[in-house]
Amino acid sequence: MANDPISQFQIQKIFPIEVGGMDFSFTNSSLFMVLTVAATSAFLIFSTSGRGLVPSRVQSVSEMMYEFIASTLRDATGSDGMRFFPLVFSLFMFILVANLFGMFPYFFTITSHIIVTFALAMLVILTVIIYGFLRHGMSFLKLFIPSGVPGALIPLVTMIEVISFLSRPISLSVRLFANMLAGHITLKVFSGFVVSLGAMGAVGIFGAVLPLAMTVALTALEFLVAFLQAYVFAVLTCMYLNDALHPSH
Amino acid sequence: MAGDTTTESHAAIADTAAEHGVGFPPFDATTFASQLLWLAITFGVFYWIMKNVAMPRIAGILEDRKDRIAGDLSEANRLKDETDAAIAAYEQALAEARNKAHSIAHDTRAKLKAEQEARREKAEAELNEKLQAAETQITGIKTEALSQIGDIAGDTTSALVEQLIGKAPTKTDLTKALKSAMD
Repeated sequence: MANDPISQFQIQKIFPIEVGGMDFSFTNSSLFMVLTVAATSAFLIFSTSGRGLVPSRVQSVSEMMYEFIASTLRDATGSDGMRFFPLVFSLFMFILVANLFGMFPYFFTITSHIIVTFALAMLVILTVIIYGFLRHGMSFLKLFIPSGVPGALIPLVTMIEVISFLSRPISLSVRLFANMLAGHITLKVFSGFVVSLGAMGAVGIFGAVLPLAMTVALTALEFLVAFLQAYVFAVLTCMYLNDALHPSH
Repeated sequence: MAGDTTTESHAAIADTAAEHGVGFPPFDATTFASQLLWLAITFGVFYWIMKNVAMPRIAGILEDRKDRIAGDLSEANRLKDETDAAIAAYEQALAEARNKAHSIAHDTRAKLKAEQEARREKAEAELNEKLQAAETQITGIKTEALSQIGDIAGDTTSALVEQLIGKAPTKTDLTKALKSAMD
């Protein structure tokens, strides 16, 4: 059972809660959501408690994160997109820390569940749709009719645009989910090889060096993926928000 | 009997499924409600903390730093302007002093030259005066000498004639002879 690469994604109830036949138990997933929020908030707040004019090391990490997301958002949407800065910053920090928490052995990776990433993606898409209609009314639908397209092609292009818009929440959520899931399964499989080969005596221990090296390399890769996927999610959020702000492209 | 067996085997399969979790955990829909609820709660709290606590703090720090840098820069600019003004004032004072020194030197030179000129003219005038006086004196002496020449010549002639002929010529003859000789 310990070598089963899927068991790490198992949801385990910690405090069973049931309301009206629905299972709202506080699970290991919930625990790591709480830990992610608590750790990130604590880091951002305590690292900036000095309010140093010349930042300390931890303070400059917080400032770098802030300015990194601020410049990403400003580049993608212009200065009127800054109203979504808290949303994009929260999404980025939440996903980044959740992904990095998943790198600890025995920790649960909340972003390896499709429902979590899909909920976050829907949060983005619904923000885009609601804000787009509130701000532009029906002219938000110009998003699906690119300017400068010959009249005969408009139905076709519009159909493609609608399909691509509808596939956004799916691609956004599946990208993050699949990356985290596949990475953790691969890590588990290779580290499982180390254990099973190691149990086979001297030759096995010698042979276990290869999967061990692979595990080390994959761990480094997974740290990169953890950061990169959070960044990709934030960048795509910025681009989708840009559609809500400036629908005619 | 056969139906019982089927139920039992179904129950066995269900037990195995429960033991291993229902298939693949991320696709187990029974956990979705709980995950969604806790995600909504935790992410909601996180968003609130970010928006109202963490981000204003960081924004405040960055703002303070920007203001401080801008303030320092403008202070530096002000000081530079002051320095420039001081340098300009110094240069002007220097130029003024140089001009003043020039004019003083010029005036002094002119004054000295004028004094010298005056002294020279005075000395020349005195010299001229003396020269004139000397010339007058010479002319006087010369005239006197010339007027005495006739008398001396007459005396000499009369003495010569007396010696030659033993008889002194008359005054009238002498004068006549002298006049014809001197003209």
